[in-house]
Amino acid sequence: MLDIKKIRQDFLILDQIVNDEPLVYLDNAATTQKPQQVLDALNDYYHTTNANVHRGVHTLAERATAAYEASREKVRSFINAKSTKEVLFTRGTTTGLNWVAKFAEEILQEGDEVLISIMEHHSNIIPWQEACRKTGAKLVYAYIKDGSLDMDDLRSKLSPKTKFVSLAHVSNVLGAIAPVKEIAELAHEVGAYMVVDGAQSAPHMAIDVQDLDCDFYTLSGHKMLAPTGIGVLYGKEEILNQMSPVEFGGEMIDFVYEQEATWKELPWKFEAGTPNIAGAIALGAALDYLTELGMDQIHAYEQELVNYVLPKLQAIEGLTVYGPQDPSQHAGVIAFNIDGLHPHDVATALDYEGVAVRAGHHCAQPLINHLGISSAARASFYIYNTKADCDKLVDAILKTKEFFNGTF
Amino acid sequence: MALSRLDSLYMAVVADHSKNPHHHGVLEDVEQINLNNPTCGDVINLSVKFDGDVISDIAFAGDGCTISTASSSMMTDAVIGKTKDQALELADIFSKMVQGEKADSQKRLGEASFLAGVSKFPQRIKCSTLAWNALKKSIERSEM
Repeated sequence: MLDIKKIRQDFLILDQIVNDEPLVYLDNAATTQKPQQVLDALNDYYHTTNANVHRGVHTLAERATAAYEASREKVRSFINAKSTKEVLFTRGTTTGLNWVAKFAEEILQEGDEVLISIMEHHSNIIPWQEACRKTGAKLVYAYIKDGSLDMDDLRSKLSPKTKFVSLAHVSNVLGAIAPVKEIAELAHEVGAYMVVDGAQSAPHMAIDVQDLDCDFYTLSGHKMLAPTGIGVLYGKEEILNQMSPVEFGGEMIDFVYEQEATWKELPWKFEAGTPNIAGAIALGAALDYLTELGMDQIHAYEQELVNYVLPKLQAIEGLTVYGPQDPSQHAGVIAFNIDGLHPHDVATALDYEGVAVRAGHHCAQPLINHLGISSAARASFYIYNTKADCDKLVDAILKTKEFFNGTF
Repeated sequence: MALSRLDSLYMAVVADHSKNPHHHGVLEDVEQINLNNPTCGDVINLSVKFDGDVISDIAFAGDGCTISTASSSMMTDAVIGKTKDQALELADIFSKMVQGEKADSQKRLGEASFLAGVSKFPQRIKCSTLAWNALKKSIERSEM
């Protein structure tokens, strides 16, 4: 069991009044808050360790390098990669997916296909649109059924022409969880690479990339207690060895001559320029924090919140929840609309009740179009949210309905 | 209850325009301007008919929140029958108003002046200016 009271003490930002109401932060799918331990790690780094990595002989440089590489090991352990060679630090999920799509450009040929789903985030659509446009490959979509990925549709669209399958592990709108282990097997059967966008899964459940047997897995630190600007791309070692670096410059080279250069070995050949050292170290602190709580416990607790709040939302007259209607199939990200009310108006009203939610297309315009709506409101939960937060959300929605029904 | 503070934004006149928008639709035979608010998904489709220098007819369609729809409706009321220069001047007055400037000239906006309260809701300024930006673009195009 998680001790939520104790957890909340680590997040000073949560203890504040907005618009005369206590803050209820339910925009965790956009970014999570950071615990004191992560802020301390950042602060300590700049107070005691700051130096550039992999290039100095002095003590601080050695200390910074050791801390940076220790974080890589923490990531390796967190996702159970075979080796730290498979753990590349990036700016975030977007960078990771762009790097994989650049690799795809070297492989894809006219007539080949890339299979994604209609519920992808723009960061798992546009890099593939570009790769397909440049190579003449075709971007193919699997659609949804009952709010989740339609596996029959996905199976029917897999063929030997499919060279990459790239899917969100958890949809940032529908909260649907894709069976990526099963899909990786199907992808490998037709000879395709399996890419998993883990931005919405890594913060919320135990991840074992060897068990999933995916070829690539990406995550964003800021959605799991770490600062913005740090993320991870995992790739299987044998594939990363075939992959060319996307960026070139300092840090990633072995020997440089006037007309050519050779690259460092993995993982450094991908990390050109001075990396986000402080961010990587703070990500390590975030992973320590999550690991200490236990990812299985975190998952169970969030499921408990969903089991509690989803039926209450579904019971509100005129409210539509998107995605799976069964709480056990729905992750802690819940998009909804209220009949006759625009989600922006809803989000403004909720904000005046202290409840922070997002409204808009959630960087998933093709999905929003597919659902036949123009936008939606979205509440998303994390380890510091409580059942009281859920009650406040429901109560604020009811008040919002009342407010607008009076005059609107 | 903090929601009551929303009254300065969601006034009855705003509700009326949002529920029953004026000049709603599409005009035939004129170039249409499509603008969106990429951060939130509001979309406006604006058609403006010019008779020489004068806005002789105007209509809007699209999809937006209460503020965006009401502002579009109020904008069409404000600029119909005006010259391009007068309309651009009104757009400027409106833009300054929703950013918090106070001026007597705001009366010239007609009912659109009721959106002055938007300045207290910085996240919603873009909702209110979408229609006016579409108008400016439409006037720009007509000069090309």
